Amino acid sequence: MTTRRDFIKISTAGTGAAALGLSVLNWNGVGKAFAEVENIPASNTELTPYPTYCEVCFWKCAGWAYVDTNGKIRKIIGNEDDPHSNGRLCPRGTGGIGMYYDEDRLKTPLIRGKKPDGTSYFREASWEEALDLVAEKMDKLRKEHGPECLALFSHGTGGKMISHLVKAYGSPNITAPSFAQCRGPREVAFTATYGEDVMSPERTDIRDTKCLVLIGSHIGENMHNNQIQEMSQAIDNGSTIITVDPRLSTAASHSKYWLPIKPATDIALLLAWIHVIIYEELYDKDYVEKYTFGFEELKEHVKNSTPEWAYGITTIEPHIIRRTAHEMAAAAPRTLIHPGRHVTWYGDDTQRSRAIAILNAILGTWDRRGGFYNPEKVHLPSYPTPPYPKPKRSWKDAYPPGKYNLVNEVLSTGICDATIPNPDLSCHLRGWIVYGTNLMASLPEQQKTLEAIANLDFLVVIDTMPMDIVGYADIVLPECTYLERYDYLRTSPHREPALALRMPASEPKYETKPNWWIAKELGKRLGLEDYFPWENIEEVLDWQLKKIGSSLEEMQRIGVKKFKRKYDDLYPLDNLPDYEFNTNTGKIELYSTELDAEGFDPMPKYTHHPEPEEGYYRLNYGRAPMHTFSRTSNNHNLWDLMNENSVWINPKVAELWEIKNGQYIWLKNQDGIISSFSVKARVTERIRWDSVYLVHGFGHTNKKLTRAYGRGASDSELVTKITMDPIMGGTGMRGNFVTFLKEDPRKEVKA
Amino acid sequence: MRYAMAIDTKKCVGCGDCVVACQTENNVPHGYCRDWIVENVSGSYPSVQIELRSERCNHCDNAPCVRCCPTGASHIAEGGIVLVTHDECIGCGACIESCPYDARYPHPEGYVDKCTFCKHRVDKGQNPACVDVCPTNCLHFGDMDDSNSDVSKALKNRKWKVLAPEAGTEPQLYFLT
Repeated sequence: MTTRRDFIKISTAGTGAAALGLSVLNWNGVGKAFAEVENIPASNTELTPYPTYCEVCFWKCAGWAYVDTNGKIRKIIGNEDDPHSNGRLCPRGTGGIGMYYDEDRLKTPLIRGKKPDGTSYFREASWEEALDLVAEKMDKLRKEHGPECLALFSHGTGGKMISHLVKAYGSPNITAPSFAQCRGPREVAFTATYGEDVMSPERTDIRDTKCLVLIGSHIGENMHNNQIQEMSQAIDNGSTIITVDPRLSTAASHSKYWLPIKPATDIALLLAWIHVIIYEELYDKDYVEKYTFGFEELKEHVKNSTPEWAYGITTIEPHIIRRTAHEMAAAAPRTLIHPGRHVTWYGDDTQRSRAIAILNAILGTWDRRGGFYNPEKVHLPSYPTPPYPKPKRSWKDAYPPGKYNLVNEVLSTGICDATIPNPDLSCHLRGWIVYGTNLMASLPEQQKTLEAIANLDFLVVIDTMPMDIVGYADIVLPECTYLERYDYLRTSPHREPALALRMPASEPKYETKPNWWIAKELGKRLGLEDYFPWENIEEVLDWQLKKIGSSLEEMQRIGVKKFKRKYDDLYPLDNLPDYEFNTNTGKIELYSTELDAEGFDPMPKYTHHPEPEEGYYRLNYGRAPMHTFSRTSNNHNLWDLMNENSVWINPKVAELWEIKNGQYIWLKNQDGIISSFSVKARVTERIRWDSVYLVHGFGHTNKKLTRAYGRGASDSELVTKITMDPIMGGTGMRGNFVTFLKEDPRKEVKA
Repeated sequence: MRYAMAIDTKKCVGCGDCVVACQTENNVPHGYCRDWIVENVSGSYPSVQIELRSERCNHCDNAPCVRCCPTGASHIAEGGIVLVTHDECIGCGACIESCPYDARYPHPEGYVDKCTFCKHRVDKGQNPACVDVCPTNCLHFGDMDDSNSDVSKALKNRKWKVLAPEAGTEPQLYFLT
């Protein structure tokens, strides 16, 4: 596809190139004293702590950034009062300074230009010029097509301020890939079952559980900080851990039981567990009777889902299915079948999450110690601004009426659909703002994303790094990192409500600016200044904090403030009080009346999914503890720990293909897409023979990421086939199959 | 007084946080490390075990690196901590060769560098940086002569092993298994 929106490898024309290529570290003057202090261990220097909370991932652990007398950020250490970190950050949080020091950062606004030969380039621009241009394009769009033709892709704390701008502008199309590409099925399934979702951080009481069941959830490789810490406590307490995973994950290696399930068959295993627990009468009879709806229907539904039936499907032996079911029942209600987080796998993911919710329900674990606790958070009043205008249209207009009735967030892939012109659409999206999310890695079906981008009037990218998506932008606005800015306060649901402050530990490096400043400046240019009636964000934070009996000054001193719970109901159902759930029946719906009404299966069924043809292997992907998505692969501290991914291959398979451990190979998927770069083979007994595994977030195509460029393979580019979840539009991404190429395929083409 | 560390392999997830924390605390240059993660895989599918170990200098009682040092830069400080005096080190690398644990590296500034058990922190009553950062709490540090120290308590009711016992170095890193 040739479009005017060629990918720009951020080759700046003219004088800009030299300035961009420089790595400039001397924002505060580098002198001899600087070098001397630098050689002294951090703890032996005079350090000033600045409160922050991490933005390397969504867990947002609070900590302190320590700055020496030369103004250099030396280290980041967890805040002991913080329930997310308990004083211990994960490697990414500790290595967060690498984000700040990265010499490849976006340093100045960039505007796309055209050379006489038609090729695109970026030229450096002043903030004034770049913001004027963005505002001009947004204004034109609003006047000619309506504000609903703008979409925002957003991830992370700073996105809230840009969202505020977009809502004030009049568009409802604000999306994060974290719903339809990640946890959406879980939220819809738990809401259908319990009338509320599992939230973030998840309300999982791993600390007090006696039996932890992980289904494809690789805690320890995903570093959801306090969950790792609590899993460690659970190990100390002698809790039983059962891990279901086609790969011996780190968690599986620490488990009493590893169930190396055949991929795509999890629902069969879950139904068999439910069968054993019901038919051996191991369920929590009082809890089920008091709180649940549809038990008899469920019992009938799983009548034939015996372990012997499931064995033929899952390859897990019947006696193991029984024994693990017995373990869960013996520990109940202090049993936790973890709902996972990234759950968009096979397209029936809401139903699989429902099976997990149901299994928890019959064991009586919801709202009980050792199962799911009832979180509480501090409610911060919003700074007063005018009400947002009412949008007349939304992305949903791209679909037939009634589709996705149960979807309570905006689908990122829906935004792409609504951007590609369609004769049946009265309005399609014409302008995108992309904040802090690298769509090339976070969305499946890259070709579709590119098609949508090719049809845009404009694409604005706000980021700290030259991620792959930056190359497609018309205007690039460089944000400063989380260590150089204030943001909205962190208020998140937990056992104890707590607030956390992020304040700058340093002036913004280069010509970078914080999100709140960018939003306010654009607001001003668009006649939306009433929505930004403050000088700076400190004013907003102080106003909010004073409303709840604190102040910005106090938070600057303590970083994290814990509050007492308003109600003594951390485990409200421990003693079986009367309780009404927020569902149609007021009960935990084992039989979902909501799904039934929408025409979906009221109880989860196992369906067979396509399997790889001979010579192909299912592509599974996941996380490494030292990286977050694709955003950290250029971070020098974390790059030191892991600088490329590898493709995990079972030794028997490797032998068949004569692939040696450490050999670089290329991957080709079922649609003929070949990985842009070669990837190292990791021949290991830790994986089944029918699937391979890649850590997500590698194989960057933007050369401006000097460390990450070309290292490893991108799972995202190989995920060209998605299986849509009909209930909530989730994009099942684990139905892609790859084969191996031992020679450079592009060389072959040339010959 | 005898400083030692116990590493709980049943809890370590190999995340490398200890490595980054050491890097920022001790200004370890990019591309080098004073501590690292080892993953040992044994067995064959589906009976596979892995052991994850956070490793560093073993601060041996019988330290070959100290014996072979021609200048005396490598020495044993109070509490049995093996150190290198940077000013006295000529960077000959004999210690690097002699160490059965591969715990030392040539610092770009011309001396040999290694884990110090964060002596500068320990002297102030703090833990080494790696111990205090570990999200799984799998590192235990302290004085082996004090039965109430974290390391003594960690070793009390657990099986443990040391690395390369055949080398006779009397290492002071204990891996709980």
